[in-house]
Amino acid sequence: MSLLELDNVTIRFGGLTAVDGLSFSVDEGEVFAIVGPNGAGKSTVFNLISRFYDPDEGTIRFDGHDLLKVRPAGVAAYGVARTFQNIELFDHATVLQNLLVGRHRHRRTSLLSEILFTPSVRRQELESREKVEEIIDFLDLQPYREKMIAGLPYGVRKVVEVARALATEPKLLLLDEPASGLSVEETTDMRWWIDDIRRQMGITVLMVEHDMGLVSSVSDRVLAMADGARLALGTPEEVQSDPAVIEAYLGKAA
Amino acid sequence: MRIVFKTDYMQDIRPWKDGYQLGLYLLLLGLAVAAPWLIDTFYLGELTNVLIWALAGLGLMVLTGHTGQASLGHAAFLALGCYANIILIEAGVPFLAAFPLAGLITGVIGALIAVPALRLHGIYLAIFTLALSILVDDIIVLTEPWSGGVSGKFAPPINLLGLEIDRWGTPDAFYWLVLGVVVIVTLGYINLLRAPMGRSFIAVRDSEVSAQAMGVDVARTKTISFGLSCMVTGWAGALMGLYAGAFNNETFSVVISIELLMMIVIGGLGSIHGAFLGAIVIGFLPQFLSIAKEYAGALFGGSTVAIPGLEFGVFGMILIVFILFEPMGLYGRWLKIRTWFELFPFYRKDMFKRQKSYLKTERLR
Repeated sequence: MSLLELDNVTIRFGGLTAVDGLSFSVDEGEVFAIVGPNGAGKSTVFNLISRFYDPDEGTIRFDGHDLLKVRPAGVAAYGVARTFQNIELFDHATVLQNLLVGRHRHRRTSLLSEILFTPSVRRQELESREKVEEIIDFLDLQPYREKMIAGLPYGVRKVVEVARALATEPKLLLLDEPASGLSVEETTDMRWWIDDIRRQMGITVLMVEHDMGLVSSVSDRVLAMADGARLALGTPEEVQSDPAVIEAYLGKAA
Repeated sequence: MRIVFKTDYMQDIRPWKDGYQLGLYLLLLGLAVAAPWLIDTFYLGELTNVLIWALAGLGLMVLTGHTGQASLGHAAFLALGCYANIILIEAGVPFLAAFPLAGLITGVIGALIAVPALRLHGIYLAIFTLALSILVDDIIVLTEPWSGGVSGKFAPPINLLGLEIDRWGTPDAFYWLVLGVVVIVTLGYINLLRAPMGRSFIAVRDSEVSAQAMGVDVARTKTISFGLSCMVTGWAGALMGLYAGAFNNETFSVVISIELLMMIVIGGLGSIHGAFLGAIVIGFLPQFLSIAKEYAGALFGGSTVAIPGLEFGVFGMILIVFILFEPMGLYGRWLKIRTWFELFPFYRKDMFKRQKSYLKTERLR
């Protein structure tokens, strides 16, 4: 059964059609990758799903709901979490605080009870902390728990961002270039983690990635895009050998 | 170095790190409560003033330090709180109800103003709030039948559960009243910061896009922050009115707004300590300057005539020095000194240096 469905989605920025009549669906429990040259519209697709942009045409359905009717801040509540291409963490807060913000969609307490810090708030905090600790364990972030983001190396920040997204307990995880800027070892770690996120946590993963090694080793299906439209869709091998994809990346044979 | 071993999640949820730290704060609170017996009436008055400024600083800190929205208009909310309090008391509402109500009214009006204001960012928000600060002068003049206009109003002595409290007649009681309000607000602030709402303030401050992706409603969070900030500022205004005894349309001028913002920058943005440290500087600087002037006069044989603009010149210079050399404010400086002693002799010069942040994705709007 498909969890996320994009149907004929189009968005234009002035004269530029960033995404052009794109349709695809992501099945529950799979790792789905989007590849394509720079400017193909991959990140725009992510921003459409997280409702930062309104599409000009088409529909986006998630888990049986029409996502276009949801406010941007409401998307998380349906179980969609994301990371950003250029790391958007809360720089002047600790790793722990960053992950706890991820728990925001599970907040049940009111402003007044929080100011009074009633026992129910205390219980909620303990509960959030326990969930967050599970994720810290899962992604080996223990040494950084109390550290400020502003002082952390790039590779760790990438992992913290994945952790924060996982803290929301999503059904669908959107990873925007999870391996960009990572070393070979860090990329390998990321590969195992994406695998574990799908297998152990049962979370569907949709990712944009340039590293074909990572894409072909973890993803079940790959969508290749160019100029906002779909080039090819299939298993990593099928997409890699598709003539249209080869042409988009390497140009036409003379 | 003191190392706290953590064996329980409650250790991170409690506002104090360990018994030692709790003890220090209790000692400070004890000293504060005992102050009327320890210092003379003049300095008690000054201390009361510092506490009121600290309360206003806490109000602005929520908005500017923790939610990242600069406001140059908080004098307007001081005025609102002050007038609301006195007008309610004159209408026969007992102080015990009028005072909280004054804050609530200010908070609600602040939140309503925030709805259009918070579409603005950075410098534009500062300009909008600056306009508020200028407007309030005229509004007070225009609403003369209630506000007393240019001739102003006098604060009547207040009656708290049968206890007559007056700034001049019973300075001790007035001090304790102010202290009580400050302690309660500070505790509420601490609670807020360790709960989801406070964390969402910080989230909005540091990255609006990812706050939104985590399910934080940015506009709503900013509005709540503005409302809370104005509520606390309103309380500070009410106390300021009672402290001053008399006030008119010029009491809460733009200068007060700017001083407030300077105060929290000097104290250290984004920390509760910063509001208090900044208030100490702003509160005691005029006294310090007049004493220094006397000494200088005696030393160099100059007269002790008033030098116009001296105070603001010095304030301005202090602010520039802080922005250049200590952007984390007094509290940041204190943290560095403490770390230096804790780690002696292993403190490194660049320990608090922030790494340059990486390229940010496009901001919302």
